Amino acid sequence: MAEQQITSEDIIQEENLVFDRTSLLTDNVFHYCPGCGHGVVHRVLMEIIEELDVQDKAIGIAPVGCSVLAYNYMDIDMQEAAHGRAPALATGIKRTMPDKYVFTYQGDGDLAAIGTAETIHACNRGENIAIIFINNGIYGMTGGQMAPTTLEKMKSSTTPYGRNIQQMGNPLKITELVAQLPGTCYVTRQVVHTPAGVRKTKRAIRNAFKYQQEERGLSFIEVVSNCNSGWKMSPNQANKWLEENMLPYYPTGDLKKPEDK
Amino acid sequence: MGELKLMKGNEAIAEAAIREGADGYFGYPITPQSEVIEYFAAQQPEERTGMVLLQAESEIAAINMIYGAAGAGKKVMTSSSSPGISLKQEGLTYIAGAELPCLILNVVRGGPGLGTIQPSQSDYFQAVKGGGHGDYHLIVLAPSSVQEMYDFVETGFDLAFKYRNPTMILSDGAIGQMMEKVEIGEQKPRMTEQEIREKYPWATTGKTKDRERNVITSLELDSSKMEKFNRKLIDKYREIEEKEVRYEEIQVEDAEYLLIAYGTTSRICEKVVQLAREEGIKLGLLRPITLFPFPKKRLDELSGQVKGMLSVEMSAGQMVEDVRLAVNGKVQVEYYGRMGGIIPSAEEIVDALKQKFIGG
Repeated sequence: MAEQQITSEDIIQEENLVFDRTSLLTDNVFHYCPGCGHGVVHRVLMEIIEELDVQDKAIGIAPVGCSVLAYNYMDIDMQEAAHGRAPALATGIKRTMPDKYVFTYQGDGDLAAIGTAETIHACNRGENIAIIFINNGIYGMTGGQMAPTTLEKMKSSTTPYGRNIQQMGNPLKITELVAQLPGTCYVTRQVVHTPAGVRKTKRAIRNAFKYQQEERGLSFIEVVSNCNSGWKMSPNQANKWLEENMLPYYPTGDLKKPEDK
Repeated sequence: MGELKLMKGNEAIAEAAIREGADGYFGYPITPQSEVIEYFAAQQPEERTGMVLLQAESEIAAINMIYGAAGAGKKVMTSSSSPGISLKQEGLTYIAGAELPCLILNVVRGGPGLGTIQPSQSDYFQAVKGGGHGDYHLIVLAPSSVQEMYDFVETGFDLAFKYRNPTMILSDGAIGQMMEKVEIGEQKPRMTEQEIREKYPWATTGKTKDRERNVITSLELDSSKMEKFNRKLIDKYREIEEKEVRYEEIQVEDAEYLLIAYGTTSRICEKVVQLAREEGIKLGLLRPITLFPFPKKRLDELSGQVKGMLSVEMSAGQMVEDVRLAVNGKVQVEYYGRMGGIIPSAEEIVDALKQKFIGG
């Protein structure tokens, strides 16, 4: 039987196309570790902005942390904030340009440690913005130190024997905290380590943009993610560990959702 | 002549910002400058011009709101007093690093720490040398009257946008609190988004198909690119030093001795010049209006004319260092000042002058 060589050119045909990368992600190669959730959240976020056709109205704020260079990947106007200050920048932008879609993209150290005041007060004022909060329970960029959301007994480079809650306090459920504030209209916790989770996260981001358009207040989306490098696991191990350890403490679902208009 | 009003320095600043067509003020109360935000609140700038007014949760949040709005090409300002300005230093270095135009008012009170609520000039170093981390400068204007508090809002915004650099108005508790006659300008319109897009093509106004995305950042991980950017900033500061030095001279033509003083102390020193001349001492006054850029060249020129220079400050002697650098040992330079919120009298300055230079 004659062997037929199938080349990639044979496969990449219009009729075979079932998925395409959103045009709002740039051609820059992600610097994120293989298995990290950041790339997935970046993608669904840009998909939403493309689907809503609001590239010319979207302004994002990058944090300090692993996603400090988010502006290299998102093809929209962006600003880079000092550590923790993204909600203040977003306030300044949205208040002076109320017709824009403004969002922050922040990690757990940025949002729930150094930026706690900015987070709480932006939520309390009901700033009409979206906050996308990636919680992986560790400081990834600086090399795996304890985060405010690091679980009890979880090891990090600054808690090498595990987080001692007598010394370090309990892991901070800031999402539950901001859900108490009348200024937040939509508070939800999602994941991106499973296809179903990615779909739900995308739906949550779409909701957040819809509520922003409707001037409902602040939408707060936590994405519980992994950090296989910081956790010192393979991507698969990290996802399993996330399900077994992170999700019991940080359960997924909507904490608060407004009635549809 | 325009409309005249009797106003506090802190009120004049706020009125000037509204009439200048500013887009926003973000601040946090602190003595002795709380009248700024109170005046704004009473004036309802959102009704008058659509200008945004927001009392932030902290000085840190306020300066970062400024960062965001300035990054979108908006004309925005904040104000505070010394301890609050210390909190704003993080934001200021990011703003300088991201090359954003904005206006910051410091109504200085005595320090260190919580210090006193009385007027002082002890934030000179912090204002003119950078203040936060990294190699950068603010443009620093020093008003000596309520009228200049008003006028420097326009000057400050113009310089900030011309050089894409934060401008600080370095005032003090005396000028902030005292009332004087002020000539008020016409109401200018705020810029439309279309005007901002055309005039400030770097601003994050939303990416349209006809341009690349705009990114406001101070981050550069590549050392060679970062050094190139540092050099660009330094070139900008040299250009500012070349073109934007402002100062006032009083009876300098025939002066044998020279006082150097800014803001509140410069007004006292006008009296000192008069008193000294009554005693036959040929005294002049150079009042720096810009503290960065500092009138270095003019002081260097005058070092060949006068026998001595006295820097008079409400601090432990900060500006005197820049005077000494400017004259580079060519003439005797001395300092006289008071601290802790005490304003020196003209008589004690005359005594200090005689003691340091003339003897007796």
